[in-house]
Amino acid sequence: MKRALVATLFFLALLALWELAARSGRWSPVLLPSPRHVAEYLTAALQDGTLIEAIWVTMRRLLAGYVIGVVLGLPLGLAVSSSQMMKDTLGALALGLQTLPSVCWVPLALLWFGQSEGAMLFVVVMGTVWSVIIATDHGARNIPPIYARAARTMGSEGLHQWTRVILPASLPFLVSGMKQGWAFAWRSLMAAEIFVTILTGFGLGHLLHYGRELNAMDQVIGTMVVIVLIGLAADRILFSPWERFLHRRWGTNVNVT
Amino acid sequence: MNEVANPAACKLVIDGVSKWFHTDRASVHALDSIDLSVGEGEVVCLVGPSGCGKSTLLDIIAGLTRPDAGRVLADGQPVQRPGRERLVMFQESALFPWLDAFGNVMFGLKLRPEFANRDRREIAYRFLDLVGLEKFAHAPIHELSGGMKQRVALARALAPDPQVLLMDEPFGALDAMTRDQLYEDIQQIWKKSRKTVVFVTHNVREAVCLGDRVILMSPSPGRILRAFDIPLSRPRDMNSVELATHAARIAAALRGRAGAEAE
Repeated sequence: MKRALVATLFFLALLALWELAARSGRWSPVLLPSPRHVAEYLTAALQDGTLIEAIWVTMRRLLAGYVIGVVLGLPLGLAVSSSQMMKDTLGALALGLQTLPSVCWVPLALLWFGQSEGAMLFVVVMGTVWSVIIATDHGARNIPPIYARAARTMGSEGLHQWTRVILPASLPFLVSGMKQGWAFAWRSLMAAEIFVTILTGFGLGHLLHYGRELNAMDQVIGTMVVIVLIGLAADRILFSPWERFLHRRWGTNVNVT
Repeated sequence: MNEVANPAACKLVIDGVSKWFHTDRASVHALDSIDLSVGEGEVVCLVGPSGCGKSTLLDIIAGLTRPDAGRVLADGQPVQRPGRERLVMFQESALFPWLDAFGNVMFGLKLRPEFANRDRREIAYRFLDLVGLEKFAHAPIHELSGGMKQRVALARALAPDPQVLLMDEPFGALDAMTRDQLYEDIQQIWKKSRKTVVFVTHNVREAVCLGDRVILMSPSPGRILRAFDIPLSRPRDMNSVELATHAARIAAALRGRAGAEAE
């Protein structure tokens, strides 16, 4: 309760500072709208449906790219962890490409796929899959080898060992891999939506982009607030309960990234 | 040394087993032609300083490691790979943290197709009861103390009814008081379900307390130095004078060897 109170006070203070800065008149209201203006924009956008529509379009793209990234990344990450050869080849490739900021994929995607949903999906998948591979590989490498040894002496081998020992043992690391993937997918999609302007769907990134074109600062800031809130909600709703459960059950201190 | 006329009568026969480990810089001769026979129902303790290859020998008996020379016979059959007839109890933390205590005991039981599911549950509870943990059957592993974890590990190793129990310093990480309690309990448990046991430890008193026979090993290369029969009656008291006398004799042999090497 006390924590919630402190957090509320902190954010109220931030809002107050913002309001003061806007009222001071030092900056043009075009560049620094007051919190009230941004709130008005958000209410209007909610009421006429543009915001809901944009969130829906963005979430659909995010989910598609994320699912593909995770479905490819998890098994590849486990494969990389299973042999030195895979580590030296695919692992090195993944490590290299993971350092590439996802916006760098945009020119390539535009030339290959044109102004299309395909380009958008490609950027998100490329932004996601490498980091999922890295996180999964890292996790699987940290499984104590004694689990597999103990299982073998009890007669577990092959598929049974993978599904009943390796997989549950790496669950905490898989979840951190999936969380990592989510963060990267989200960043990649925003980059893609700002730079790939298409007519098949108007996402949050496009709202930002057109906010800039129209000099509508209330739209730019309002959209940014929505993007931050979605990121926070995803963390709190999708990942934190899982991580807490795994911490309790496994009794481990898996790094919360 | 302990040669038995008819090897088929022995539960385990270790026959000329040698093992080298190769690293980039050097080859380590871990075991040098080890011969050892273990009778049915016998408890044999392997003692020695670190690096004498006792854990490697246990791995080879378990089938987790292949020897470079020689072979291991279990009931007259050569050991090729891990088998359910020889279960291993490791040092701490070999329990699966994603399962509770009951789930860990069930893991090995589920791999025995001859049991019906209801029997498995009953057996699992019976063995948790045997190690005194029936109240903690559904506790997460990391909430158990070190001693309780090793009790679960013991139940997990005993429940599938293996022919041979291999124990690799199972109490090495525990504090002295917990260990003393476990020595008493484990002797009670062995009385109820007699098993052939190979027990690896670097603690001479522990070996004397639990073993029918104590095999003293020496390092570089790993060899069997001497074997000591321990004719004490059970249950044995860890702090009794007789036990201390035996332990002193073995410790002296160990020191004598170390002294001879230092010269």
